[in-house]
Amino acid sequence: MAVTSSETIPVVSESDVVTVRQRVREASSRIGFSLVDQTKMVTAASELARNTLIHGGGGAMDLIMLNGPRLGLRLVFVDKGPGIGDISLALRDGFTTGSGLGLGLGGAKRLVNDFEIDSKSGVGTKVTVTRWK
Amino acid sequence: MATVLNQKAGNLGSILAQHRDEILAEWLREMTGTTRRKDLMNDAEVKSQCTRFLDLLIESAASGGTSTSAKSYDPMRSMLEEISRSRTLQGFTATETATFVFSLKRPLFNAIREDVNDAAAVAQELWTATELLDNLGLYTAEVYLKSREEVIRRQQEEMLELSTPVVKLWEGILALPLIGTLDSARTQVVMESLLESIVKTNSKVAIIDITGVPTVDTVVAQHLLKTVTAARLMGADCIISGVRPQIAQTIVHLGINLLDVTTKATLSDAFALAAKRTGLAFVREQKQKKEKQNKLEDIE
Amino acid sequence: MDKIPILRMGEFLLVTIQVDMHDRLAMTLQDDLTTRISETGARGVLIDISSLEIVDSFIGRMLGNIAAMSRVLDAETVVVGMRPAVAITLVELGMSLAGVKTALNVDTGMELLRTSLDGDEAMNGSYV
Repeated sequence: MAVTSSETIPVVSESDVVTVRQRVREASSRIGFSLVDQTKMVTAASELARNTLIHGGGGAMDLIMLNGPRLGLRLVFVDKGPGIGDISLALRDGFTTGSGLGLGLGGAKRLVNDFEIDSKSGVGTKVTVTRWK
Repeated sequence: MATVLNQKAGNLGSILAQHRDEILAEWLREMTGTTRRKDLMNDAEVKSQCTRFLDLLIESAASGGTSTSAKSYDPMRSMLEEISRSRTLQGFTATETATFVFSLKRPLFNAIREDVNDAAAVAQELWTATELLDNLGLYTAEVYLKSREEVIRRQQEEMLELSTPVVKLWEGILALPLIGTLDSARTQVVMESLLESIVKTNSKVAIIDITGVPTVDTVVAQHLLKTVTAARLMGADCIISGVRPQIAQTIVHLGINLLDVTTKATLSDAFALAAKRTGLAFVREQKQKKEKQNKLEDIE
Repeated sequence: MDKIPILRMGEFLLVTIQVDMHDRLAMTLQDDLTTRISETGARGVLIDISSLEIVDSFIGRMLGNIAAMSRVLDAETVVVGMRPAVAITLVELGMSLAGVKTALNVDTGMELLRTSLDGDEAMNGSYV
């Protein structure tokens, strides 16, 4: 798959989450996603970036513009945190009405086309999401 | 086989370079005959396109073989894409555009016959030239097809938008009559267009009428629910009308929870409810008639 | 951007969120609002999010918290101006924003606050 460009953005502070949103918004707009798709992608990125920061102890996000036969945007969130023990549990919706952890993974999954998660207890977590044009 | 051809294309390149001007002149003459379409393009434009094509061909043939997908043909392909697209827009047919390339054959063959002496070599060069020009001509046809497909796709999208009209029933009350089957793509468009209308018209109530929707399965029901929830988040209420008895049964059977959503059997029931919710009241004009009658009685 | 300004309009407080807030700013807003409500005895809070292009689960929870805390302080909260793309995304995300009243814009939001204060049954209100 041909990659047009790739940049890595550190996710180690709260303001980084804002930066993530801005970068993803720019990239989504450049690819030409519809407004709704842009919103979904940026929101998903916000959820995952926050996870990386709060549950993963900080990490980074790779922003990859895909230029293969299909145009797309791929985001890879990596952290060396405690990892997620039970992935299926984490993917289940924590319907957030008030407080509640709600890892936001289940929701984020619905906002993108492709979703992959790789996590090992004590090693770290890697979440890859892709949206196609 | 490929290496032999590649070498030969190098020959072709130099033949083209040497006889460039003659070939160009003959080509232009060739074109006045067949599919020139003077009504669509003037002489200067044609000359410019031919010149560019020829020069690019000389370049590409010199470095590459006859495989037009090779990197050395990138500029050539770009130019053909440009020509094909602009011609599509101008109204040329696929044949006319491809013929633009094919009509180069005769002048090229003439140049080859002039230059090469050996009969076998002539045959080889002619074959190389044919292959090359065929590939290029076919490429223009491919690009043409893709452009047409783009146009069709865009028209389909527009039709999709037209087929989901949002109607303003009254100040603050919208109606969305759905007709036909609801698939995922269509529902997205419908949802977005309804929500945009709500904002634009400042409507507090939207009636989604599903009388014209033949079946409601879990997928459709979920989409409807999502639309209703989204509208609520924005500050508007939705009423679903046109719920036929069979649909009501299906919904119950499927265990779909529509508890939060108001449903009405008919559009008029829904409108009556919407009116109430927005503080509208309809008064029948009886009072005036009575007064007129009284006046007439007085006169009499 | 240090703080989000809270305006007072009679009995109501008006907050217009126009920036992409980082989490701490959102928490600060929550605290500031609850403080202002008790200080002023405001009966209603209007949160205008018409400028927000993104509302994620964190902001969603913040709105829910504000509504809940205000209610304890005897004030109603109405969130106005949610954009269609945001609404669609929140639904997909699975956020119900239960307990948060919503309205199309500031005007209808004020109407909603007034009618609920008048003790009348909210005719044009939307309970989410």
